[in-house]
Amino acid sequence: MKWKKLGKIFNPLNHQLPNRCIEFAQSPQTLIFDNFVRIYFSTREKDQTGKYLSHISFIDIDKKFKNIINVSSDTVIKLGELGCFDEHGIFPINIFKENDKIHAYTTGWNRKVSVSADASIGYATSHDNGLTFDKLGTGPILTSNLNEPFLVGDAFVTKFKNLYHMWYIYGNKWISDPSEKEPQRIYKIVHATSKNGINWEREGKHIITDVIGENECQALPTVIYHKQKYHMYFCFRDAIGFRFDESKGYKIGYAYSYDLINWKRDDENAGITKGPEGSWDSNMICYPHLFKCDNKIYLLYNGNEFGRFGFGIAVLED
Amino acid sequence: MFKWKKLGRIYDPKIVKNKDWMNGYAQSASTLIFDDFIRVYFACRSKQDVNGQFLSYLTYIDINKLNLFEIINIAKEPLLELGGLGTFDEFGTNPASVIKVGDEVRIYYCGWSRCESVPFNSAIGVARSFDNGNTFTKIGKGPVLSYTPNEPFLLGSPKIKKFNDTWYLWYAAGSEWIKNVGKPEPVYKIRVATSKDGINWFKKEENIIEAILEKNECQASADVLYHEDKYHMFFSYRNSLNYRQKHGGYRIGYAASNDLQSWKRDDSKAGISISNEGWDSQMVSYSHIFKLKENIYMIYQGNHFGRDGLGLALLTK
Repeated sequence: MKWKKLGKIFNPLNHQLPNRCIEFAQSPQTLIFDNFVRIYFSTREKDQTGKYLSHISFIDIDKKFKNIINVSSDTVIKLGELGCFDEHGIFPINIFKENDKIHAYTTGWNRKVSVSADASIGYATSHDNGLTFDKLGTGPILTSNLNEPFLVGDAFVTKFKNLYHMWYIYGNKWISDPSEKEPQRIYKIVHATSKNGINWEREGKHIITDVIGENECQALPTVIYHKQKYHMYFCFRDAIGFRFDESKGYKIGYAYSYDLINWKRDDENAGITKGPEGSWDSNMICYPHLFKCDNKIYLLYNGNEFGRFGFGIAVLED
Repeated sequence: MFKWKKLGRIYDPKIVKNKDWMNGYAQSASTLIFDDFIRVYFACRSKQDVNGQFLSYLTYIDINKLNLFEIINIAKEPLLELGGLGTFDEFGTNPASVIKVGDEVRIYYCGWSRCESVPFNSAIGVARSFDNGNTFTKIGKGPVLSYTPNEPFLLGSPKIKKFNDTWYLWYAAGSEWIKNVGKPEPVYKIRVATSKDGINWFKKEENIIEAILEKNECQASADVLYHEDKYHMFFSYRNSLNYRQKHGGYRIGYAASNDLQSWKRDDSKAGISISNEGWDSQMVSYSHIFKLKENIYMIYQGNHFGRDGLGLALLTK
């Protein structure tokens, strides 16, 4: 795979966002229209306690990814009520358009006491072309079960051969380390299938081999079919020290598959790496999202500081 | 119409001393009948921590089959370890319900985690025993019954039964947290799930017992007995707010069914309520019914959610 970087296309600091959000435009994900691309992302407000609440917002951008046509001015999807799985944030949102139906898979966050938070996957649909979303119920469609005990999130849904596929992550461990103030989480990429997009059969096994040891954290899988192969991009990092030590921060991972069951990890052929010193993605690349638009394949992603200052895009050359 | 004769308190938590993990309370009794004794499983509370919070552990007492008021053994260790960091049962295991299936004993329990905006959340886990209920191993780190779009939080109060090759799990499902002057209070109602193996459950996701106190009536602990060609459910209910004392506190309700599907509530037939004075004069709840020879007994918890212990009653009609 060979990617040509087109640069950063959105900086949240240059725009007025709803819900008192100022910084962060994380995990950009698309809904394609005839004349423009809507890119959803998670941004953040600070609540009274100084902690963050993540909200979904979007921009509409032309298909050359040069001119921002519109920035969402209203709430796209409401956070959950008291005690609900998505009370303290939705991050990210994954959109899957199927004919006239717009499915959304949210990762909802709620704060805990012994660990910072838990997460589950919710479902919503839009009846106004993606301006707003109506949630299915007040609870999640995918949450902790016997073998996936917490932190279920980062859904990416698509359909191959009449079957819905979801790649997502779950937390398998919280660990304490003297260098960190709070317990740190470890999560892995897993897979589920569905006949209706709502009730899921979970495969229950890690599908991506670790390359930096068993405490590797794997996040945000995104999958595309291209040239007789399925390609998965994701990001991965160390569990400890990743916030301040660049060498332990998020990097792009890559794997491919011929059957959607067995994946061969092959980061060396990801075809995209961090930018040169001084650039917006010089320290970190994370939260990748693959999509097709006008017969080209694109990769949206965040750069330094987990997307505090926006996202950029690359186009597949080969 | 049932009529229960109260026989007295079979367990007063004060008799157990010097156990930090078993420092009071006896909640949600559930029995296993052996040849010469009855094991009464229940949940106890640990000593409070520096913040005044406690953990709840599963434990048991063995009582003499010929004299149900004689305790012949008390668990020396918690029956089940609490879950690891971040898991659903990190801070407690209560209530619980046991069932024997062939050589295996299973315990279905409600696991507790602590949250920031509300005090807690819960989901239902399972552990199995292959040594006659002496030691249990969890079948996974996560819950067996967890949240769905229509059941967003607080799944608890499991009561496990098997009728005609189908497993039934009656449980309580939370629907709302009431914002009560800065101290949120949950609303939960009795529901049922069915299964062929006790592990993969189909949740009907409907309230099955009509609320009578108020819309937000809280319901839990649905214990079902098959008796004289009918199914009888004894459950617990209370007000949603101001329920920590006699008025508004837990009582035992009753409903009947012919098909395990539709239930007709009629609390006047429960045949048991609070006493005029003593350890069960403010609350009675979390009943568990068991048969011993020709007799049908009920174990229930008394005042302050079981702080004052467990009592025994005999069905006389």
